[in-house]
Amino acid sequence: MNFLTPQIVQTALEVGLIYGLVALSLFISFSILDICDLSTDGCYTLGCAVGAVVTIAGHPVLALFASVAAGICSGYVTALLQTKFGVQSILAGIIVNTGLYTINLAVMGFSSNLPIFGTDTVFTLVKGISKAAWWQEWSSLVFLALLLMLIVLFIKWFLGTRLGLSIRATGDSPAMVRASSINPQFTVTVGLCFANAMTGLAGSLIGQYNKTSDINLGTGMVTIALASLIIGETISRKSGNMLWRISCVILGSCLYRFIISIALRLKVPTEAFKLVSAVIVAIACAAPAAKDQIALQRKKAAAMREHRKMSEEEAK
Amino acid sequence: MLRLLHLSKVFNRGTVNEKVALDDLSLELKDGDFATIVGSNGAGKSTMFNAIAGSFFVDRGMIELDGQDITFIPEHVRSRFIGRLFQDPLMGTAPHMTIEENLAVAYLRASTRRHDVFSRVTKKEKGLFREQLALLHMGLEDRMKNPVGLLSGGQRQALTLLMATVVTPKLLLLDEHTAALDPATAEKVLDLTKKIVKERNITCLMVTHNMSQALELGNRTLMMSGGRVVFSAEGEEREGMTVDDLLEKFTQGSGSALDNDRILLSTEQGI
Repeated sequence: MNFLTPQIVQTALEVGLIYGLVALSLFISFSILDICDLSTDGCYTLGCAVGAVVTIAGHPVLALFASVAAGICSGYVTALLQTKFGVQSILAGIIVNTGLYTINLAVMGFSSNLPIFGTDTVFTLVKGISKAAWWQEWSSLVFLALLLMLIVLFIKWFLGTRLGLSIRATGDSPAMVRASSINPQFTVTVGLCFANAMTGLAGSLIGQYNKTSDINLGTGMVTIALASLIIGETISRKSGNMLWRISCVILGSCLYRFIISIALRLKVPTEAFKLVSAVIVAIACAAPAAKDQIALQRKKAAAMREHRKMSEEEAK
Repeated sequence: MLRLLHLSKVFNRGTVNEKVALDDLSLELKDGDFATIVGSNGAGKSTMFNAIAGSFFVDRGMIELDGQDITFIPEHVRSRFIGRLFQDPLMGTAPHMTIEENLAVAYLRASTRRHDVFSRVTKKEKGLFREQLALLHMGLEDRMKNPVGLLSGGQRQALTLLMATVVTPKLLLLDEHTAALDPATAEKVLDLTKKIVKERNITCLMVTHNMSQALELGNRTLMMSGGRVVFSAEGEEREGMTVDDLLEKFTQGSGSALDNDRILLSTEQGI
């Protein structure tokens, strides 16, 4: 009966919201700019490492901003490689990702993990606002939900500005951009910096949430975020207004965490998690095509019946 | 207005695929000129357009627009004053963005101040877009929130024309922009082009494979072959020309008989 306890739902939502930031990051780079940014894994760890170091120094709020700045730097390098130096976008991401491994280690003082204890995090700060029992329990979720809501509204606003429209056009129609006065190098750079800023922020939040930073934290993050993004885009069907589309990305991320929670409850061994993730991504990606296939088969079967009837009538 | 001086461009230099695309090409257009360009495939028409628009930098030569040397000005800066339409109606617009958003992106050329990047499309601009769309007589003004991907090829090309001219360009490059449309739509888009170009006195270059069109439209006819302009007619000489004369010139100019079915087929009256 206690298959999904409120505790599990709460954790899934909280982590889902944090991962939702990475999914939003891929929404900008992958869906809007049509660039596959593979530096996500490293950038996420970078955000976590930078955030952890600053948090340990006693500035948990500043840590969030520091991680955003670190993410922007990482995104800028990725963008620089592909715009100014003509490196293919996938390759640029891989190069930056590889380089970030060493940088992340260096940030953490050349140790592979960095526990955060004996100091406040943004979550303990928020929790301390009120002594009420419900607040003690739900403060993190409320904080994250508010933060995400702000970010979603910001993205919605940003994509409606002239710069945002230019970024969307860059990913949607390269030929059109060439014929209009948009500098694709600039829009790609802004887009990637923005996307990686969110990845960095997510890293910072997860570090403070788990009270630890680990060098392997980001491994496979791009798959997880992509899974969330695709689940979200399948829900919104890539249509409707922007606000709905963006919200669905976060919804997709939370759904993804639910599926993982269920897998956890079903006692799937932790070693198998990456495989579960991969299967979920594959299913989410294949779902629309599979649905079409089934619809086509049904239509075919119906048509065949009708054709048979037609030819029988013709024979009479 | 537009001056091309000794333009040269070689693709894949030093390889077996070496192709001299522009060969010492010179051309001068006066303010308000509307020149049609004919020439067989590979004559360098599109390459010349790409050179003018800045898709690549030329190997040699100078491009001057309105008294300004633009030879090494990047493409996105040039596009502030050069409008461009491609043959493929799908190329000029962003399919997943709405009609309004597409026009807003095109209208970016009008903004001069840098901090404008964070501003939104104003009510006044929306009104302007609506007004302009109404001129197309395609009912697009009532579908401004629809994604462009839902429009037909003709509607998209008409929209692209509007986007290229929403801020009046100094120069308009039309690369066979009606070739992929059905005859009725092509005529409509062409009429619109004529109207806009005439009303705003835009200097215009238009590639066509339709010989009668090449003589009827505008005030100049150019013929290209082997990466240069081999023949140019204007004024009285052009008025007296028939399609057959032009075809003969074509044979002389390119040094070979016409081998392009499309040109032969489209020499009939109409489109």
